[in-house]
Amino acid sequence: MVNLSGDEKNAVHGLWSKVKVDEVGGEALGRLLVVYPWTRRFFESFGDLSTADAVMNNPKVKAHGSKVLNSFGDGLSHLDNLKGTYAKLSELHCDKLHVDPENFRLLGNVLVVVLARHFGKEFTPDLQAAYQKVVAGVANALAHRYH
Amino acid sequence: MVLAAEDQAAVRALWRKLGSNVHVYTTEALERTFLAFPSTKTYFHLSPRSAQVRAHGEKVAFALTVALDHLDDLPRALSALRVLHSHKLRLDPVNFKLLGDSLLVTLAQHYPGDFSSALQASLDKFLRHVISALAPSCR
Repeated sequence: MVNLSGDEKNAVHGLWSKVKVDEVGGEALGRLLVVYPWTRRFFESFGDLSTADAVMNNPKVKAHGSKVLNSFGDGLSHLDNLKGTYAKLSELHCDKLHVDPENFRLLGNVLVVVLARHFGKEFTPDLQAAYQKVVAGVANALAHRYH
Repeated sequence: MVLAAEDQAAVRALWRKLGSNVHVYTTEALERTFLAFPSTKTYFHLSPRSAQVRAHGEKVAFALTVALDHLDDLPRALSALRVLHSHKLRLDPVNFKLLGDSLLVTLAQHYPGDFSSALQASLDKFLRHVISALAPSCR
């Protein structure tokens, strides 16, 4: 569960309604792969990831980023039950994909940077603080079923 | 280990663009850190947007600029700050990273067109080098 005030929830949803999820998702995943290159280990089937340009323009990265961010958006609709919402995905990432949960935290922080880049002054320190709580909650929920 | 030449060049180019305003962004980064990660406030007795936060923002700006000028010898260049933060202030080193992350958010917000993924990677590496020079080496 994420501890957000009513105002924070409204602010988070208010910003999210303006997010171009496909675009932001592709950019966030791309930046994760560029800034933290070890994360490419999970995407060896995606083709050319050899340079920043190749990553950011890779259609599979964009498609997968969009999928990931749509899932994040689902979480925003269920902030009071993130663990339940992400239970199946948590099991998948542990049992089938073998993803270190630290990567969820990295991606969460990259998403915050991307939102700041897209929304400028609108991404106030208070709004950032609310989103940091959300990304931490999502990362914890995704790690919750690990064993 | 020294920062690669292309990363140095990218960070220096951004720093030239920031000019004399580095302290504006490091101060904002501090404010963002205190709001986003409230545990970081435990090291200060302050209110946000106070003169104390601005003063610390200026010190952080100065230290980062010094670091950029001494990338081949960061541990020596930052040794006094390392001793101060570890022995006197007894700061848990995890907090350096929280401030570093907020600085990336601040710069992304103010320079969206410049803040390519490659620049973000270079800045992240630069900040990790600085942080590793500031974290205590022996205890």
